[in-house]
Amino acid sequence: MSRLEPRKVAMTLAAPVIAIVFAALVTALVLAATGDPVWSTVTTVWDYGSKPRVIALTLNQATTYYLSALAVAIGFRMNLFNIGVDGQYRLAAFAAAVVGTSVSLPKPLHLLVIVLTAMLVGAMWAGVAAVLKVSRGVSEVISTIMLNAIATSLIAFLLSKVATDVAGSNNRGTDPIPESGHFPGIPLIPGSPLDSFGFIIVAVLAGIAYSVVLGRTRFGFDLRATGRSESAAVASGVSVKRMVLLSMLLSGAVAGLVGMPQLLGASYTYSIDFPAGLGFTGIAIALLGRNNAVGMALSAVLFAFLDASSVILDINDISKEIVLIMQGTIVLSVVVAYELVRRYSIAAEQRRVSRELASQGSPEREEVAT
Amino acid sequence: MHLVHRLHRSPTEEGVAISTSSASPTADSRRDDQGSAAVELQGITKRFPGVVANRDINMAVRRGQVHAVVGENGAGKSTLMKILYGMQRPDEGSISIEGREVSFHSPSDAIDAGVGMVHQHFMLADNLTVLENVVLGREPSRAGMLDFGAARRRIKEISDSYGLDVEADRLVEELGVGDRQRVEILKVLYRGAKILILDEPTAVLVPQEVDELFDNLRELTGEGITVLFISHKLDEVLAVADEITVIRRGTTVATVRPADVTARQLAELMVGSELPTPETRESTVTDIPVLRVEALTVRSLEGRALLEGVSFTIHQGEVLGVAGVEGNGQAELVEAIMGMRQLAGGTVSLADEDLTAWPTRRRREAGVGYIPEDRHRHGLLLDAPLWENRILGHQTEPPNVKGPWIDRAGARADTERIVRDYDVRTPSIDVLAAALSGGNQQKLIVGREMSGSPKVLIASHPTRGVDVGAQAAIWDHIRTARREGLAVLLISADLDELIGLSDSIKVILRGRLVADVDPAEVTPEALGSAMTGADEKV
Ligand SMILES: Nc1ncnc2c1ncn2[C@@H]1O[C@H](COP(=O)(O)OP(=O)(O)OP(=O)(O)O)[C@@H](O)[C@H]1O
Ligand SMILES: [Mg+2]
Repeated sequence: MSRLEPRKVAMTLAAPVIAIVFAALVTALVLAATGDPVWSTVTTVWDYGSKPRVIALTLNQATTYYLSALAVAIGFRMNLFNIGVDGQYRLAAFAAAVVGTSVSLPKPLHLLVIVLTAMLVGAMWAGVAAVLKVSRGVSEVISTIMLNAIATSLIAFLLSKVATDVAGSNNRGTDPIPESGHFPGIPLIPGSPLDSFGFIIVAVLAGIAYSVVLGRTRFGFDLRATGRSESAAVASGVSVKRMVLLSMLLSGAVAGLVGMPQLLGASYTYSIDFPAGLGFTGIAIALLGRNNAVGMALSAVLFAFLDASSVILDINDISKEIVLIMQGTIVLSVVVAYELVRRYSIAAEQRRVSRELASQGSPEREEVAT
Repeated sequence: MHLVHRLHRSPTEEGVAISTSSASPTADSRRDDQGSAAVELQGITKRFPGVVANRDINMAVRRGQVHAVVGENGAGKSTLMKILYGMQRPDEGSISIEGREVSFHSPSDAIDAGVGMVHQHFMLADNLTVLENVVLGREPSRAGMLDFGAARRRIKEISDSYGLDVEADRLVEELGVGDRQRVEILKVLYRGAKILILDEPTAVLVPQEVDELFDNLRELTGEGITVLFISHKLDEVLAVADEITVIRRGTTVATVRPADVTARQLAELMVGSELPTPETRESTVTDIPVLRVEALTVRSLEGRALLEGVSFTIHQGEVLGVAGVEGNGQAELVEAIMGMRQLAGGTVSLADEDLTAWPTRRRREAGVGYIPEDRHRHGLLLDAPLWENRILGHQTEPPNVKGPWIDRAGARADTERIVRDYDVRTPSIDVLAAALSGGNQQKLIVGREMSGSPKVLIASHPTRGVDVGAQAAIWDHIRTARREGLAVLLISADLDELIGLSDSIKVILRGRLVADVDPAEVTPEALGSAMTGADEKV
């Protein structure tokens, strides 16, 4: 953990790589079984996926996924399963959209108010689950699932009060946020007609903050200690209730950011077709990335790439559900692969130690260690 | 300190140590033909990252005997037993049971071959009955239905024939440690074990319970059961074992008969050098009160009194011992002082400050060190490296943190210091705490809690699972700190420790302090009977 040995890095990468390769094989088998040409599908997807415009699309989608994974991972590190990221970000995005249209402020301030609203609402919605857990012992798994459902109906209800028809479609949504509340895009991918979400900067900063806060601060230590052993954490002076509350609020606040790239960089309105289900994708990505800031970033890009490529599959008359099969298989096999790699690395470590001891040949040295 | 000894020891000394141990074969040939080898281990080697836990172990255990295994912390005893129980696979070597070579892939293979193990930390489910615990995983069934009747009969049968005296329908949470241990043994016998492994079974028991356990063991061996037994208490080993194998740094150095050795010789065989002699005692008690507990009362959820009106004061430089059979309120007392339990009444104060309403962290920051009785549950993050475990419980104090930041360099350097000063045997401070042997985990915790000069040390069984050499070293550390003004609340099942270290002793029984004992005058036997309430005035 403290030093970057090449061997350790290889071991860390082994599990996700194995899982992805395995998932690719399964997907190929499914393709072959349904009579679709495997190789040409791969090349089609690859060619399509490496176009600048699609790369930009992938990156934009990954930005959203990454924020969702971070929100989930904060809970995971403490053994809390925040299944409710989904409801939290939708409610947050809705509230942010409403606030965004109803205040008029100069540019940076307007943006700030919108984002803070989202974080606040996300945190509050997660806070309901936290309070239930701390005061009544209700499992956060159950309560957040319930809160997801409640969020769905709540948004539908409120939307019916404030929504107007979106111009030129039969979609209904909030009034568009004025220009001063937009997050400017950045031309990140050369040759792409599509700008990248400016919010990608916020996502990167959030990833760094996640890593630093968990790994390097007292608060992060308390959080990880509670996740590893609640009883030991209590004996060490951690107030578990306080930690549950804080980490749920934090997770919810980050969840509040999930809808922002879309809201502030593309749609500027919360409408009926605002993307849903991102919270669940976040769970899969956090699992694949092992709650690690960099690991989750790579996983987010992979998932986004697969999503983007589903478009071309559809065009080529290959069922795009194949992407879901692949994503699902990755998540399942990564869990197995982590366990296999863990066992293998222990065995390998022992062989290495015994080799080193044998080549030293001096028994006194060996005894020092025991 | 011990490490240095060992490095510079000349090879001749080792030769001497081994030759003293080879028991004279003629004198014991009568015993030899009494039992053939139930277990034979040959050339067992087991490596872990950075350490060789077992190296070329050879030993034979005769059927129907109690065979003790002794050795320093980290010598490789538990590892060897886990290998025999199929929990670990040896890298080299072979195991034979009743003359047949076997290869275990899991504990259930071992159970099928008649090997059972009772771990040092009990693994019973509190909210189930004895019966349910015993059959758990081996549920008896008839036509697909659970058949508890048959199981109950069989438990009674086993209990009667080995004199275990276990009631099948009691809830495990109502049982004391001695009873729980018998349940663990029964559970293993129920699965048909003919070879019983007990890893430090006496560490949690008071003398009377130890005697009962030993009576049980004799019944078992009388019926042809073979017992393998690990302990750090050498007097007990000499009392109960038929044969003793000494393991030093992973390898068997001697097998001796108890009649041929003294406890001191045994210790020297284990360590490979002479033991440090205990210091002569001098009183350092002052009249400055440090920890004051008044009328402390703790109730269970159902309102039963677990602790009732407990009061005492510990002064600077004083060690107050609390003697009692486990489960009489000691755990509650400690947790109440540490702020981990809701009080029904009473106050706790440190110097002149009332800390009754303080959370645990604030108490620790105020200078209360805490050695918990269950190191796995309360003392360690098993899957975190040693240096992170140095931080645990001291998350707000230097050298672990600077402001809101973790000070890695500081924590790591201080972990190195603890490893050195407390002789924690580990390849590095980056290994996970789970990789240390039980005794070495304990040494790390003691070292951590003695860091930063605490004002008060709440010590539950501070040397539990620690070998004799390390025990003496920990006592020295505590005595030194006491001389500098440390106040210690000492709870221990080891009566020698309690009498040797305490300036005064109080006896706890059913949640009340029932007697004061002068450690200068009391014997372990007298203290033992006071603890069971047999004799309220000593
Ligand atoms: N799972 C593991 N991974 C790595 N090292 C291990 C593991 N288990 C044990 N060890 C190491 O093997 C050595 C022997 O440990 P073992 O637990 O057998 O000692 P022990 O004789 O039972 O000591 P104690 O008296 O302290 O319980 C120790 O150095 C320990 O650190
Ligand atoms: Mg052990």
